[in-house]
Parts: sequence; C-alpha cells; structure tokens
Amino acid sequence: MEEKFDAIIVGAGLAGLSAAYTLAREGLEVLLLERGDYPGAKNVTGGRIYLNPIRELFPDLWKKAPFERHISQEGVSIMAGERSLNLSYRGEELEQEPYQSYSILRAKFDRWLSKQAERKGAMLVSRSRVDDLIIENGRVEGVYAGGDELRSQVVIACDGVLSLMAEKAGLRKPGSARQYGVGFKEVIELDSALINERFGLEGDEGAARLFMGEVTKGKFGGGFLYTNKESISLGIVVGIHDLMEGAPAIQAPVLLDEFKQRPEIARLIKGGETVEYSAHVIPEGGLKALTKLYGEGILVAGDAAGFSLNIGVTVRGMEYAMASGYYAAQAVIQAKAREDFSAASLASYESMLNESFVMQDFKNFSAAPEALDNHRIYTHYPELLGNIMRDMYSIPPGSKERLYPTAKKYLGTGELWAMFKDLRKVMKI
Amino acid sequence: MGYVQGPAEGDENMSEILGLKAKLGLDVFKHDKEPHIKIKPGMEKDPRLKRAVLVCPAGLYEEKEDGRVELTIDGCLECGTCRIACGTEVLEWYYPSGGAGVQFRFG
Repeated sequence: MEEKFDAIIVGAGLAGLSAAYTLAREGLEVLLLERGDYPGAKNVTGGRIYLNPIRELFPDLWKKAPFERHISQEGVSIMAGERSLNLSYRGEELEQEPYQSYSILRAKFDRWLSKQAERKGAMLVSRSRVDDLIIENGRVEGVYAGGDELRSQVVIACDGVLSLMAEKAGLRKPGSARQYGVGFKEVIELDSALINERFGLEGDEGAARLFMGEVTKGKFGGGFLYTNKESISLGIVVGIHDLMEGAPAIQAPVLLDEFKQRPEIARLIKGGETVEYSAHVIPEGGLKALTKLYGEGILVAGDAAGFSLNIGVTVRGMEYAMASGYYAAQAVIQAKAREDFSAASLASYESMLNESFVMQDFKNFSAAPEALDNHRIYTHYPELLGNIMRDMYSIPPGSKERLYPTAKKYLGTGELWAMFKDLRKVMKI
Repeated sequence: MGYVQGPAEGDENMSEILGLKAKLGLDVFKHDKEPHIKIKPGMEKDPRLKRAVLVCPAGLYEEKEDGRVELTIDGCLECGTCRIACGTEVLEWYYPSGGAGVQFRFG
C-alpha cells in the first residue's frame, strides 16, 4: 500500500512551517515540500515580526528564536523633495520584556523554525517543487512534485502570494494589480557598534523607520528601514498598479537607488556593504481580496490566502501567516478526529480564524486599502508639511513673520476643505 | 550543479539601471534547465508587456527600438510582480524547478 500522509504542506514559509510544527506536535504525519534549497531560500520580509498576537500559539518557540534585534525605537519620516519631517517614538514598554516586535531575516529564522518542526516529527523535503494538485472527483487528493505522486488526506497551500495551488483548486483567480504591492530591499552589512551609534541604540535594541512621500514619487507605498544585528534592511514597497501606470514612469529599482542617495539615508548606511538584493510581492487588498480559504481536501494559509495588512503605520503579514498556519493545522487535527476531510469539515478553519485576531483585524481595517489609495497622501501632504516646517525654522535677513500667518498661508479654504475630506477617509482606518 | 553569480557583466539585454547588475550579482542563483517565465509567442509587442519594464525590481524586461519587449531570466528574484502586472495571457509563468533559481541567504 502506498503511503498516505495526513497532510501535505506546499511551501515552507511561515504559514507552512507553523502548520507543519503544529500538526507534528500533535503526532500527525506531515510532509512539507519546499522548492528552495532550504526553508527560507525563497522567503523575504521587510522585516519585523510582532509577537503579541501569536505568543500563546507557539509558547515553546520564542526563547531560542534567532531574531535580530527587539525594536525599541519607532520612526516615521515624511519626505518632500529636498526636506523631511521626522517623528520618532521611544517608550518604556518597548524596552521591557517580553518585547513586542523584533527585526528578522527570513533565511535564518525559517531555517531554524523548520528544524523545530522536524524535531517534532514533520518530514521536510527541500528542492522539491510542487507542479500540480491531484484532483479526483472534485476532491484534492495530494500533489505531483518532481514526477512523484504524493497522496494525503488534506493539502495545505502555503505557496505564497501568487498561490498557484489555490488557483489550480479553483479557490482564487490571478490577482489584480490594485491588490498587490511589490517590496524590494537591500541587506546592507554594517558593524553593530556603528549601527548602535548612528541610531542611538544599545546592545540588542533596534530601530524601525517608515518613510513616505517623495521616496515613491507620489505612488502608493513607502520606504522602510530596520536594523538587524549586523546589517540594515532598507527597501521600498510600492503599489503595482501605480508603478505600471507610470505618471511618472519610473522603473522600480530606480526608486530604491534614489532613496539610498537621499542625504537622510546615505549617512545612515555610509560605509555599509550591500550583501543581498531581494524582492517580494505583498497582498495589500485587505478583507475584500482574501481568497476562498478551504475546499474539498484543501486549505489555504498565509500570503497564499491574502493574509497581509497595510494600515499605513504598519504593514504586517508574518503574524497572520503563522496564525493562519496554526489554525489550518487545528482544523486538520479536528478533521482527522472526525475522519472527515470534506470542505464542510474543514470549514472550522474559517470559523477559528473568524474568532481570532486575524479576521478581526481584517474586518477592523477593511476600509484601509481604499483610504490609503489617495495620491495626496504621497505627494501633496509631504510637500505641504515640508514647506511649513521650512518657513517655521527660516530666519530671513529682515524681520520674521508671525508663526500663525506663516502656516496659515498654506492652509486656504480650498486646502482645508480637501484636508477635511481626506481626514474623513483616513478616520475610517 | 554550480553556483552562478548573477548575470554576466556586459550582457546587452540587461537594464542600464545604475548598479543593478552588480546588485543582482550579490545574490546566489542556481541555473534552471529552461527559463521559468516566457513571453508567449506573438505577445512580444503587447502593450501589457510594457508594464513589466517598469515593475520588475530586477529590471529584466527591456523594450527594444522596434517595440518588442525582451526578457532576460538570469537575475529573476521570483517575486511574481510581472505575472500580476501583465497577466497570464501574455506571460507563461511558473516557478523554477526544485533547487533552482535564487537562493536567499538573508531574506
């Protein structure tokens, strides 16, 4: 008799690894297939991971997890052409354990997490691309990978943002450009003492900064910077629709080159050596863009399902990936107990997600994608704020104008009315 | 199965973007038997394909003088942006075979 796994998981990203770990912990027979040389070889983050929402789901993981630095300093930079307004936040709560968030490099973290899943009994096969699903009588029965036919009770599609598996299962169609951003970043090696000095950090403290405005030439998106132990992750996320429409027509990699040359950035990375350039597509369509989450013998988790959320001040995906992998595994554990892997039985996955922070966040922030799809946020306001700040700080040769009229001349009735309308949209977030 | 360090210098089809070739040269790539993304025959001048020139983070699509768009697969970061921007009527798109393509060391 040929071997039949309880679950075959396609893709060893955070969703797949979390599902494998959770299933193996309960003693189920799990096969995890990864097309890269090792888990993490194809995975990219900005990155920072927030632990609070998922801490209890994996209580044994965190103590030894190979994160980079805990984030103790948040920053937002609003960039106009020649000037920028910076807001930086430090708080006692960010400097106390358990830390809320960490910078992270995925090749290292995912590889480590795969070892934990294997230790629990999951079977990992790397360098194995899944080519197709085995579908019989409308039910997913396993996968074809590298000429092998592999059978299972259930397949969990954790194959990333494009999820060709969910497409094959008829759970989604190829996405539209409005619902995705593309992120691309450099990892820039820099001595840890220099990082600490430049960002005002001590020990394992880390900094996170977001940049908006000129950095994307007014297109939907922004820049990001995270300090790792001995490197800086610096990159840009930009809406694919805005990028392909042109206006202005600019090639994606040029945005990052120009960003690096900004004096605000150049001095932070000076002397650093770029050691890797990576790119990744990010689901940004929110609640409306989620795929169907389950079918006959199949579940979809992580980016594959669309679980990533941009709410302006944060762009998060990894916690949703880990949590959705966990709940997919719980649904499979329940299905096995019932000996029923039909869609009706696997629907408990969606019910559990609905009860969890995952779907609650997506519902709470369902208005975010539309509210943030407003070009004034990325062009007009950064210039306006930059100009006001310039005039506030400017001391002319003669006498200085009073502060209120200085600001007021930028804020005519038309401007205030437009601001009011934009504010009402942003208030829905 | 040797490690190949990115696209070769002087490759005419590569984008002219400053430093991009060198940047891609930092990544570890492993050769695949055949390109995992192909422009569908007859679609080389399709207007949808021109989007790829702007969106590809690796600058692998280039528009030629006669309006054809060419794709150089070496240096592909497998992000999927071109598939989303151009669509599957224009591009035949799949991931590289197991163990091939980019292997991120940091991610």
